[in-house]
Amino acid sequence: MQLSTRSTDNMSLPDNPYRHAQRVYEERLAAIGAEEMIINMGPQHPSTHGVLRLQLITDGELVKEVIPHIGYLHRCFEKHAESMNYGKTIPFTDRMDYLASMNNSHAFVMGVERMLGIDQQIPKRIEYIRVLVCELNRIASHLIAIGTYGIDIGAFTPFMWCFRDREHIMNMLEWASGSRMLYNYIWVGGLFYDLPVDFESRCGEFINYFKPKLVELDELLTANQIFISRTANIGTLPADVAINYGCSGPMLRASGIKWDLRRVDNYSVYPEIEFDIPVGSGEMGSLGDCWDRFKVRVDEIRESVRIIEQCLERLTRELKRTADFDPRALVPKKVNVKAQDYYVRAENPKGELGFYFVTQEKSDIPKRVKARGPSFHNLSVLPELAKGVLIADLVAILGSIDIVLGEVDR
Amino acid sequence: MEELITRIHALLIAQFGEQVATIESSGLQPALVVDPALLPQVCLLLRDHEDTYFDFLSCISAVDDGIEAGTFTVVYHLASIPYNYQLTLKVVVPNDRRLDNLPSVPSVSGVWRTADWHEREAFDLMGVYFEGHPDLRRILLPEDWEGYPLRKDYEEAEMYHGIAIK
Repeated sequence: MQLSTRSTDNMSLPDNPYRHAQRVYEERLAAIGAEEMIINMGPQHPSTHGVLRLQLITDGELVKEVIPHIGYLHRCFEKHAESMNYGKTIPFTDRMDYLASMNNSHAFVMGVERMLGIDQQIPKRIEYIRVLVCELNRIASHLIAIGTYGIDIGAFTPFMWCFRDREHIMNMLEWASGSRMLYNYIWVGGLFYDLPVDFESRCGEFINYFKPKLVELDELLTANQIFISRTANIGTLPADVAINYGCSGPMLRASGIKWDLRRVDNYSVYPEIEFDIPVGSGEMGSLGDCWDRFKVRVDEIRESVRIIEQCLERLTRELKRTADFDPRALVPKKVNVKAQDYYVRAENPKGELGFYFVTQEKSDIPKRVKARGPSFHNLSVLPELAKGVLIADLVAILGSIDIVLGEVDR
Repeated sequence: MEELITRIHALLIAQFGEQVATIESSGLQPALVVDPALLPQVCLLLRDHEDTYFDFLSCISAVDDGIEAGTFTVVYHLASIPYNYQLTLKVVVPNDRRLDNLPSVPSVSGVWRTADWHEREAFDLMGVYFEGHPDLRRILLPEDWEGYPLRKDYEEAEMYHGIAIK
């Protein structure tokens, strides 16, 4: 066994400043009071939606403090991204928030296209197809959020209904891209393929099928008295705390801030599309509670359906498929970006997804790519939300944040 | 964008003097390169000033500038929700890459709470030390991991607790 030759002896010295915080943390856990108990929730706990470990310092049923431990799903996205070219990184972005792969690659591709200066030349049909598949994926992601949220707090039916409807979306996206969840469909400068023939009509059929199902789901959960008593006034997140912790997406909007990057930045073809931005109302309890976060997601599904209808209308009329349409016409053979740095942000189902690129001259491999995952920020507010709540409510709060560990750990 | 950054630059100079920041406008997004010693005060001013209100910290990225450059850069992406502005701040610190002498930058976790986890990540993966951080433990990697993987000169160990990792 050959160990590393680098000298790390200094790392084990007790007065090492870089290990100081770890020692403080260990001493803090060793010195808990006699009435307190440490409980580990996770990394294999169903309500953590993946591999998240929460260390709870409890007093009876009350949670005094939550210490999240993340990193169990760390797959070195940033290190990978700086060892291969931009096109090859797209499948890795799919694996960040694996419930919304289309949205991830859309954000990444948008950043590269802007650095190349080709973002204005992308044909309208391609942009509309991108928005269409992204919104389908947004619905699928929110359906999982709602369904698993139901199961977290004891309602099994919504889970089955949501997964049944999500399956239709998965099938359609599989038809377009060849893969169920990790698509690699949106490419720099274009698309992998044009939509399959008849995709538009089948998608229209799905929308007609889905609209009444959404009403049913709404009736089942939104006004359900048991559901309301589990979620209203629980985990209230004031707007200033949400902003300070960098929360975005439904998490921030549920606290009453109308902040949606699709409208704020007006990227892609969103300025041509009509849709509203749902915000929390505090209808059942206080503004920014778990129920509000749930409700914002339900309303966003409705808005996504509207966006899809408008996309389909344009894709079947003025942007109809033509025989000579090549979705790869603008795909560069080699991405030659001049040395610069660029931060791109886009609205993912979970919030602001950002990529920060530092490029180097005469190379199609970036020097540094940093990914800003919305779930990472949304999860960081959990210790604040969970102070003094019951353990059962902690599950309700965690579910309402809707984290995907693939994106937290990257 | 150009105009906004010169306005903010003038604002900072009026408050802290000439040496506080310089404008770097090479790429698509111009940035302010800030004096590391003044970083927390600059951030606090930008957050609370009535003309800027940069209340939202989007991202903190630590960048290894390369072995020849001998510097590390920490990049802060700010957004102002009331005004819909975006701003990039950069801090450049020279460093000799020794593992017992990490580049050191003042923490801004007192200005934006979200900086807490971001700075832990930068410490964990890039080995940048943030002075005044309340809880600077490793976040993604195990606490007994050796070295900082995103550095350009990182070499992974052969084994970790008896598990081959190379």
